[in-house]
Amino acid sequence: MERLSAEPDLLVLGAGPAGVGAALAGAACGLDTLIVDEAAESGGQIYRSLHPGLRLRSGADLGPDARVGDVQRRWLAENPVRRAFGRRVWSVDAALRVDAMGRDGPETWRPHALVVATGTTERIVPFPGWTLPGVIGLAAATILLKSQQVLPGERTVVAGCGPLLVAVAFNILKAGGNVAAVIDLSGPADWLAALPGLALRPGLALRGLGWARAVRSAGVPTLFRHGIHAVRGAAGALEVEVAPVSAARGWMTGGTLRRFAADGLVVGHGLTPAIEVTRLLRARHVFRPAWGGWVPECDAEGRASIPHLYVAGDGAGIAGAVPAYLHGRLAGLAAARDLGQPEAASLRWERAALRRALFRSVRAGRAVAAMMALRPGHVAGIPAETVVCRCEDVTRADIEAAVAAGAREMNQVKAWTRCGMGPCQGRMCGEVVAELVAAHVGGREAAGSFTGRAPLRPISLGALTGEFSYSDIPIPQSAPL
Amino acid sequence: MLRRVETLVQRASPVFIDVDGRRVAAEPGESLAVALAISGITTLRMSPERGEPRGMFCLMGVCQECAVRVDGCRTTACTEPVRAGMVVETGGGWSD
Repeated sequence: MERLSAEPDLLVLGAGPAGVGAALAGAACGLDTLIVDEAAESGGQIYRSLHPGLRLRSGADLGPDARVGDVQRRWLAENPVRRAFGRRVWSVDAALRVDAMGRDGPETWRPHALVVATGTTERIVPFPGWTLPGVIGLAAATILLKSQQVLPGERTVVAGCGPLLVAVAFNILKAGGNVAAVIDLSGPADWLAALPGLALRPGLALRGLGWARAVRSAGVPTLFRHGIHAVRGAAGALEVEVAPVSAARGWMTGGTLRRFAADGLVVGHGLTPAIEVTRLLRARHVFRPAWGGWVPECDAEGRASIPHLYVAGDGAGIAGAVPAYLHGRLAGLAAARDLGQPEAASLRWERAALRRALFRSVRAGRAVAAMMALRPGHVAGIPAETVVCRCEDVTRADIEAAVAAGAREMNQVKAWTRCGMGPCQGRMCGEVVAELVAAHVGGREAAGSFTGRAPLRPISLGALTGEFSYSDIPIPQSAPL
Repeated sequence: MLRRVETLVQRASPVFIDVDGRRVAAEPGESLAVALAISGITTLRMSPERGEPRGMFCLMGVCQECAVRVDGCRTTACTEPVRAGMVVETGGGWSD
């Protein structure tokens, strides 16, 4: 493998559309550019490639997302962008030093500028039974379908909110599976409210409409304004119980329960920006529910509150893949300008065009993001005995008890209950815990966030230190008495 | 249960991996978590307080519910591609 420079001009963290846009723009400006991702290939979640053991049948078409992903992978390969894939970044420090672990051991880079393009985390609001094997995220289902060519079940319930619902249901049917029901927290009125924004991206809106029509004509029941009440059973034989919810706040209204037998449940309640790197760097963040939650404070070109740190794509506010790529390009161009790279006239023109295109596509994306925003009553309705923190088995009752005993913000809840202290480091429960605390302390700003800490991902100390014998460890000379 | 789909892709011939001492067929390159689930191994650890079964959940290396040991090293099964002969221990990957 090519030896990667330890001090690239630009390091781009994340190789989804935003990261690819940033890396290509940086390279176009003559920056020595390195792009790093956990996955073995670029694409992020939206453009994830087939796994390497699969060969596309001749004439088979994986759809428009796969085609865009292939084009972006070709662009990366054809441009002077160095790629470090299959690397798990576990630390980024204030000097922008990036530490990663790969198959061949630890690596360290000291870039002059850093673009964080780490995308989103899926938010899943707990319900009784959500920890059962056989229950997976909506985003997880898209990975199964796109990259693994695997159905999440023979008969699957698809539940949650946002455009992923109908996309996943459609793709399950297309792959030959059955969908027992689509359970949508939103109602037709919510979809209508999103129309003016969606009209800015008519192609996308029509594609979604086509999916919805196909799902309906396959005879799949769609229950609007319904949520999951409970799931029982075991992997392979689940009973999914659903109940009506109120329009805006997402409360269970106590209406008739309906039950569906299924061997898989895929569920997702929207996306939230993955901000662990900017949190770790103590960049300034603002809470914007319509953008997905906490976002790093950035200017229009992605400059964060720390010099030479940029955030691009959904990690700076949920808007979708097309704006993410544009935003990434803008951040890459900004990084090059800020590093003193002379800007060609064509790039200056591109920058202006990008900002105009971004404005339109972000508006469309935010209309969709608004449908995926956390509904306050949804969290308020979590039963007391339901596990909220999966890693440490902390229930809602445990969290409420900590708050009643005086915990005023998330880190106190963490210290008192172990909530968020497990191996996922609060990525799965953080949003929900914050809402639970916020209800008692006057809002999400007051509730705060789990403090960002390295390692960002669990890594083994053995892999970090490598093989050594004790005689290799230098012993400092003791100071004279 | 999870099922592999053949409509769009041709699959490589299966290889064998060792899971808790059991010989399990899997496809090279596919996610280890997927291979385990297809073989009926859906519980990958028991939760620490309640002792409830847990398995793959996010499939993108975030939730850590599918943590296992592969050839002695702790990793998330969902992000680990299947290789012939890999030795997998379920149970959360924490035990020594």
